[in-house]
Amino acid sequence: MIMNTSVNIAGVELKNPVMTASGTFGSGAEYSEFVDLNKLGAVVTKGVSAVPWPGNPTPRVAEVYGGMLNAIGLQNPGVDVFASRDIPFLQQFDTKVIVNVCGKTVEDYIAVVERLNEEPIDMMEINLSCPNVKAGALAFGQDAKVLAGVTSALRMVCKKPMIIKLSPNVSNIGDMARAAESAGADAVSLINTLIGMKIDINRRKFVLANKTGGFSGPAVKPVAVRMVYEVAQAVQIPIIGMGGIANAEDAIEFILAGATAVSVGTMNFVDPRTTEKVVQGIEEYMRKYDVQDIKELIGAVNQ
Amino acid sequence: MAKEKQTAVVVKQEKLTEGVYSLVIKAPMAGQARPGQFVAVFPKDKSHLLGRPISICDADPAAETLRLVYRVAGNGTAEFSALQSGNTVDVLGILGNGYDLSIFAGKKVIVIGGGIGIPPMLMTAKQFAGEKVAVLGYNGGDLFLKEEFDKECTTYVATMDGSAGTKGTVIDAIKAEGITGDVILACGPMPMLRAVKEYAKGNGMMAFISLEERMACGVGACLGCVTKTTEVHHHTNVENARICLDGPVFNAEDVNI
Repeated sequence: MIMNTSVNIAGVELKNPVMTASGTFGSGAEYSEFVDLNKLGAVVTKGVSAVPWPGNPTPRVAEVYGGMLNAIGLQNPGVDVFASRDIPFLQQFDTKVIVNVCGKTVEDYIAVVERLNEEPIDMMEINLSCPNVKAGALAFGQDAKVLAGVTSALRMVCKKPMIIKLSPNVSNIGDMARAAESAGADAVSLINTLIGMKIDINRRKFVLANKTGGFSGPAVKPVAVRMVYEVAQAVQIPIIGMGGIANAEDAIEFILAGATAVSVGTMNFVDPRTTEKVVQGIEEYMRKYDVQDIKELIGAVNQ
Repeated sequence: MAKEKQTAVVVKQEKLTEGVYSLVIKAPMAGQARPGQFVAVFPKDKSHLLGRPISICDADPAAETLRLVYRVAGNGTAEFSALQSGNTVDVLGILGNGYDLSIFAGKKVIVIGGGIGIPPMLMTAKQFAGEKVAVLGYNGGDLFLKEEFDKECTTYVATMDGSAGTKGTVIDAIKAEGITGDVILACGPMPMLRAVKEYAKGNGMMAFISLEERMACGVGACLGCVTKTTEVHHHTNVENARICLDGPVFNAEDVNI
């Protein structure tokens, strides 16, 4: 049987719907020892800002039941080093390159977007939802009007398809997705991490230096699937679904809920080959259920 | 060499002292191990997802075995302590830079281990062929691994409770015993490493120290386990470095601890 696993996001054709979640895969180099990047639909890089960011104090990570917390604080080398080192590395592979963009002010985001416009990348994912950076980021992603404003401003300067990454830390994720769509977003990705906290009861201290951190991993998956479903009911633009995806079954849940593509995040840390295994497992599922084109599965949960 | 996640088979496990276990596992990656490197060991209980970074105490490339000596510190290591011969356990490795001992040729090396930082220094002491001496710091109680260090080199002990060797820290033992050398290689708790760094600087010695931090990926991708560096690091482009990939062994002069 000839199967079609390719999906299209804003005119960009991905060979399959499996991507990496920003921040969990570096810029691909570290995991290229484990994974054949040519087999992935896209690599989504760690967030990049206009100037280097040193990130938060340590401890930055903590394990919790069925997942983890992180408060890295978007440490990154800045867009210049990223563009001269990491983009050429990714260009060696037959996969799409999506660069995650972060900032503290609208001007920051614009500077990064403009710097990336001429680079050989396929899309930009705008991080309006990092819970670990006090200024900007999350604040931009928690108010529909603010989110629409930033999205419109970036849409005017961004020459690539633009994905808006949504925060789950809102009362109505559908409203946020609608705001992004109406302001010109080409796609939305969700969920970013949920805000969590862990306390060491023996030392009576916060485990993370930042006190709070982004909660991710298999424990968050039901929340993420529900939110992808809600967003699928709210907007027409493609959805990139993520949140605790550990295997192909999880990925297919997201696709059935309405995601066009999926990202593997935290589980890269648990099994570095998770992304490739998800690609294989999706093909097995399609064979088992005689699905000839993966697009038949998008949003195909029975109502 | 390529890193891999492998399913290792437990060869044997023994309790060395209260809460400290010695686990020998058979995994092909053992052939690549250098002193000072580590592996991530994964709990079977899937509610605890992340690999536990554990230093390599010894490796036998011919037998393809790794020896891991670790302290039970939480649910993951508690699970590992129940492993028995024939059981399997998933391991990601080999991780970290480890010591390049060749650069110390012709120098006298002081190998220092403190507490659960002692195990990786055993392989370091074993593999360094030149002049060497070991100094081990314990809180007190059983001097785990001490007899094995004795086979490699003259080994001094410091105990915080004074039950054996010099009462106090490893630095107290170095002073009390008049130990001298050109280079210090050390792993242990942060206060010890800070004291080692200061002592080495004050005495015109080089010091290479092994750091630890809470980790997630273990391969340099997540930036969870960074240490502050004295200068902008060539990879991160900010003043910090990844302990799991750029370390865990650092020249003490290069890190702000």
